[in-house]
Amino acid sequence: MQYMLIFRESEAQFGERNDPAKAPAYWGAWMAYIGALNEAGVVVTGNGLEPPHTAATVRVRDGARHVQDGPYAEAKEQLGGYFVIEVPGLDEAIAWAARSPSASYASAEVRPVLPPPQR
Amino acid sequence: MSDPAPTRTEGLAEEARAAAERAARASYGRLLAFLVARTRDVTAAEDALAEAFRIALETWPQRGVPERPEAWLLTAARRRLGHDWRHRGVAAAAAGTLALIADERQEAEMAEIPDDRLKLLFACAHPVIEAGVRTPLMLQTVLGVDAARVAASFLVSPAAMAQRLVRAKAKLREGGIPFDVPGRDELAPRLEAVLSAIYAAFGTGWDDGVNPAAGVAAAGLADEVIFLGRLVVALLLAEPEARGLVALMLHCEARRAARRNAAGAYVPLSDQDPADWSASLIQEAEAQLNLAANAGRPGRFQLEAAIQSLHAGRAAGRAVDPAMLAALYGGLVHFSPTIGAQVGRAVAHGDAFGPVKGLALLDALAEAADGYQPYWAARANLLAAAGQGADAAAAYAQAAGLTDDAAVRAFLLARRARLAS
Repeated sequence: MQYMLIFRESEAQFGERNDPAKAPAYWGAWMAYIGALNEAGVVVTGNGLEPPHTAATVRVRDGARHVQDGPYAEAKEQLGGYFVIEVPGLDEAIAWAARSPSASYASAEVRPVLPPPQR
Repeated sequence: MSDPAPTRTEGLAEEARAAAERAARASYGRLLAFLVARTRDVTAAEDALAEAFRIALETWPQRGVPERPEAWLLTAARRRLGHDWRHRGVAAAAAGTLALIADERQEAEMAEIPDDRLKLLFACAHPVIEAGVRTPLMLQTVLGVDAARVAASFLVSPAAMAQRLVRAKAKLREGGIPFDVPGRDELAPRLEAVLSAIYAAFGTGWDDGVNPAAGVAAAGLADEVIFLGRLVVALLLAEPEARGLVALMLHCEARRAARRNAAGAYVPLSDQDPADWSASLIQEAEAQLNLAANAGRPGRFQLEAAIQSLHAGRAAGRAVDPAMLAALYGGLVHFSPTIGAQVGRAVAHGDAFGPVKGLALLDALAEAADGYQPYWAARANLLAAAGQGADAAAAYAQAAGLTDDAAVRAFLLARRARLAS
């Protein structure tokens, strides 16, 4: 089964990425986690994402285009990265989500990947 | 009309709620076990008991708390069960209803409700019940822990946990699971399953509540699980392994506060200050272990407790003897060759006879222990001690990547950073 692990981070964590005092711990934790995922051979794909202020959100309504700076919605936790992993089931996916630094400081969501439509 | 003074009714309601909560805490498992022993239907018994507690909260404030709250709750639950069966016209349940009604007639003479919790524990840990759901089933039935909390303890989704519990309860109802305490021939293996399930529950509460910042909400199940262990000891006096398990849990519990420093950072056992350990819990653990040892029938849990006892000796000024520790782990692996025990033995052998010896034992486990976090932490420490800095750094990173505990992760990454400098 494939699951997407969706990592959310708070503004504080996004800030740590470039804070000389905190960046080593921040990246150390993520690199250890990503290393363990790779070592386990479960990764299908995945990426970290630039912070939410770099986002642009697009809507098209009745032919009118709307482009907004920033993420879809203001929230305390924002999308910081994701992985798609291949594991036997939800229990294993949740176990991997719990090991992510996001789970300790913000949240990690687990979603089954929709299988391709059958024809 | 607009008198804001607290009314007498409010005071009574508070008192009734407190009484109901006390009764729930003290006797939920006892009442449920009594009902299940006579009906085999856990789900119906849970519903009936929940309804009984609801009615108690409604009526006790008006009529006062009954003299024997437990008996009152049991009567209410039994009426509910009888009513449901009549309502559904379930013929098969007639026998159970009759048994319940017969019991009710005897209630006046029944000084105390018979304790069927041990039977319920053995039923929950029956070989027919899937090993992974035995502990959750025990927690829910005997302790009344709600499904969401059980799910969180085991790090599974609440919906998935609920489904597994429903399936297990169906097996209890339909499958030919005997509802009794096994006889002498069968007791040892069945007791092992009960004790293992209790210990698994203790393990889930291990890291809960150690972080003072997390507050009461994070308080783990450890207290309740130790209560379960004590219950088995009380009901099965002659079993040294049950005492061994209680001793083991008490030793671990004695160090709960010492596992984090004031800043919330992880403190490994060897760095803990024995002054931070609970002297009274250690004393109780030692007493249980001595009583167990008197029986002259060692086993897995007694050995695990003996290992913890050796560490606890530091509180009395006795340094841990590495050769003795290695020997105890050897004994533990003999009784119970789990991956955890084998990793523990490798660490102990590394301390006693040099890191190369420990690493050789770990190498033999490499395949089985692949994603096992303690294996990587042990490997990292032994590699560091052997002076293999680069390999140690990689193992620390792997161990850090596999933990879900932020304090442990930070500790391991700090160790790795120290290697580099």
